[in-house]
Amino acid sequence: MLSHLDHLEAEAIHIIREVAVTCEKPVMLYSIGKDSTVLLHLARKAFAPGKIPFPLLHVDTTWKFKEMIEYRDRLADDPNVDLLVHVNEEARAQGIGPFTHGSSLHTHLYKTVGLRQALEQHGFNAAIGGARRDEEKSRAKERIFSFRNASQGWDPKNQRPEMWSIYNTRVNPKESVRVFPMSNWTELDVWHYILREKLELVSLYMAAERPVIEHDGMLMMADDEARLPEGAKPEMRMVRFRTLGCWPLTGAVESDAQSLEDIIGEMMVSRTSERQGRVIDKDEAGSMEKKKQEGYF
Amino acid sequence: MAAPESRVLDLLAARENRSQLRIVTCGSVDDGKSTLIGRLLYDTRAILEDQLQTLEKDSRVHGTDGDNIDFALLVDGLEAEREQGITIDVAYRFLSTPSRHFIIADTPGHEQYTRNMATGASTADVAIVLIDARRGVLTQTRRHSHIASLLGIPNIVLAVNKIDLVDYSEDRFREIVNDYETFASDLGFSNITAIPLSARHGDNVTEGSARTPWYTGAALLPHLESIGIDDTVDGEPFRFPVQMVHRPNLDFRGYAGTVASGSVSVGHEVVAARSGKSSKVVRIAGRAGDQPRADKGDAVTLLLADEIELSRGNVLAARTALPNVSDQFEATLVWFDDDASLMPGRPFILRMASEEVPATVTALKYAVDVNTFVHEATRSLSLNEIGVANISTRSPLAFDSYRDNRSTGSFILIDRMTNATVAAGMINHPLRRASNVHWQALDITKTARAEAKHQKPAVLWFTGLSGSGKSTIANALEKMLHASGRHTIILDGDNVRHGLNRDLGFTDEDRVENIRRVAEVAKLMTEAGLIVLVSFISPFAAERLLAREMMEEGEFVEIFVDTPLEACIARDPKGLYGKALAGELKNFTGIDSPFEAPQSPDIHLKTEGSDVDELAQSVEQWLRDHGVIH
Ligand SMILES: Nc1nc2c(ncn2[C@@H]2O[C@H](COP(=O)(O)OP(=O)(O)O)[C@@H](O)[C@H]2O)c(=O)[nH]1
Repeated sequence: MLSHLDHLEAEAIHIIREVAVTCEKPVMLYSIGKDSTVLLHLARKAFAPGKIPFPLLHVDTTWKFKEMIEYRDRLADDPNVDLLVHVNEEARAQGIGPFTHGSSLHTHLYKTVGLRQALEQHGFNAAIGGARRDEEKSRAKERIFSFRNASQGWDPKNQRPEMWSIYNTRVNPKESVRVFPMSNWTELDVWHYILREKLELVSLYMAAERPVIEHDGMLMMADDEARLPEGAKPEMRMVRFRTLGCWPLTGAVESDAQSLEDIIGEMMVSRTSERQGRVIDKDEAGSMEKKKQEGYF
Repeated sequence: MAAPESRVLDLLAARENRSQLRIVTCGSVDDGKSTLIGRLLYDTRAILEDQLQTLEKDSRVHGTDGDNIDFALLVDGLEAEREQGITIDVAYRFLSTPSRHFIIADTPGHEQYTRNMATGASTADVAIVLIDARRGVLTQTRRHSHIASLLGIPNIVLAVNKIDLVDYSEDRFREIVNDYETFASDLGFSNITAIPLSARHGDNVTEGSARTPWYTGAALLPHLESIGIDDTVDGEPFRFPVQMVHRPNLDFRGYAGTVASGSVSVGHEVVAARSGKSSKVVRIAGRAGDQPRADKGDAVTLLLADEIELSRGNVLAARTALPNVSDQFEATLVWFDDDASLMPGRPFILRMASEEVPATVTALKYAVDVNTFVHEATRSLSLNEIGVANISTRSPLAFDSYRDNRSTGSFILIDRMTNATVAAGMINHPLRRASNVHWQALDITKTARAEAKHQKPAVLWFTGLSGSGKSTIANALEKMLHASGRHTIILDGDNVRHGLNRDLGFTDEDRVENIRRVAEVAKLMTEAGLIVLVSFISPFAAERLLAREMMEEGEFVEIFVDTPLEACIARDPKGLYGKALAGELKNFTGIDSPFEAPQSPDIHLKTEGSDVDELAQSVEQWLRDHGVIH
């Protein structure tokens, strides 16, 4: 009998293998966060003792936490992993950033457009991601193999039926699929799995004394002194992050949880969702759906 | 405040051992499905504070319950759904109680979204069928129950909702339950449990209600926690569809896949279903290193003692209970495509477990009326219709009947042009065993016959509108070929319709059959080594593809005789356009029936301003360039 996590793990491995065998040009989206860490671990298992047969892609927004980038660069040295990094160079040349241009334009240009550029440039027609259905309402509606039209848009009202665990992986030229092997995992499952498999995470997930400022009703870490809003005076507080993205857009929570067990304990009594700390989802409930129609992951 | 560490580990350990139950909710629109799920999530504290705040905000904007929380908004995740107050697609929700993990698929009630309902139902162990106590059993209740039964869901919970709106009446409840049980008695559910409840007010959802003292059964949640699911694998026949051959280095050759049923251990004998060759499992590479045994649901890599012919699509099975192997079987289909209906003869891609093959629906036996379950003769299936059909595949498949095995007895059909998933299929039984199908071994081969004629056999398929010039060009070409000593034959649409296809009309179904027969005849003639010139309107891309795939690689030459419709109408050699435009001729290609122009024909002939002989010569040149004639 398989345990709960065993089930989830086996299902994800099956899906990842299915992509590798039936899709022409797959890639795995890698965001450095905990879900990506789990996803990468699952991909290693799926092809052990061999090498992962597709590259990883990190879409960099130029505003990621320093520590995330260090972690990523260490991963790039792993001979079993082929890591690509893409930046929307036009946005960078224009000096786009969250403080000067607002969070939505920043996210749109670096993440949504950046991802579209990278997929088109390399001709990837299957992109595996670590998104889960429990994250957000429109995600709860998404298929495991989620079809994208030639302009990479998602048409939520016209999704392919997905019967049993038979996946239709066929696409015409220019069309693609996004694949979510961890669709049925919950946030707690992810943490539990990280603990069980002893996975190493970016330490920002664990509480530590860090310099923070209060900004837009959110605790922002002063990750890059030089790029802080004017007049900001960071103070040291014991904080951690439940999700990682661009440092100016990812809220820290005050916490003493310094180990995985502490974090899970905190979660079990917590009454807020992990996405709460994200500026980009807050506007209104439909905002994630809109972004996804435009090609956001 | 965090829970102490040891307690955390205990809780996690307990979580690991909870069983998982997959639920689908179904019923007609507005019966309260979304409200019920929202209520379950709320009452089990699966809704977090910030989500609740969003919900309260949304409730005031889109809600249907004044300033009160509208739980339906929790699950209706798409903007269009919140605006229209309906559910369009399946939402998956997760819920854990101390005894179970639940995955709930909330599916839409509208008939037009039946395929989304089927998506949610295909993996479910339990179906909650909602009924609005005021409205009783409706068409959608019957449709969904029927689909639930087809998909093999054993347990039904009949949730008689909105009991508050019928004054918590026991009589009304009994009446509905009676109605339902009478109609469902033929559906073969192993267990139907009826519960009176109010999703909006919470009666009998997580706890029994004082307002229904006459109901002594369990409330919904405790009932779901106690439903028995059969998860024993012992005694189940072992099935392992090979997902991929895994050969990362010279010392490791394994077959990766997920155990579809039963279990396997190191030392067991396994048989490759399609070849009948057997070997022994010497090693099982699992998710965490080697393991002695693998059970249903596990993703592993099996290493065998012998190198037997085995690739993706084959199934490893236990010697004592082998699956069927056949290229023909009968199946029940649910049709999903809103663009086109299912017509016998059309080619599809069939996808099952780990196999993908070209397939054709050879005969549609009957359609099933979802209300009365009566079988009705039919020539096609349209959106959301259910029917029983014979299917034939290009190569033999290993499968079980769906009744015996949900994983190895199910498949989907995929449209060859759009790649849309157009049907779900459940195999009833094989029609013949592949091992009985022996082709007559022929001594004189096709190549031998063609070589005697100093040519390669080919099918030159002229497609184009009526009056575009297909026959004229084909005739001119045949004369040229004949003059240079080639052996040819022309199959002309009009002529064939006078004889072989005399029984066929011009409906879409008949056009498909028309082409299929002509393609078969053309194929026989290639066996004779001939160059076959087929001059047929053949308006559908899918049929031309069917014809192409029946021939050997390179044998089929698609020639698009491209003349604009206006020019054809102006020419109108047989006066047919005149009649069609006057409405005297129905289903006329170009007028009230579509022509799907070839996207990339092998030869593209633009007739306007060209001379017939020049066009014929250009085809002859092409044949020379491509080695059909020397
Ligand atoms: N009085 C009453 N109203 C209900 C009950 N359950 C649902 N409703 C209302 O019925 C309407 C339709 O419910 P909804 O959950 O959207 O139905 P769905 O289409 O099946 O998902 C909404 O206005 C609900 O508030 C109930 O038990 N009692």
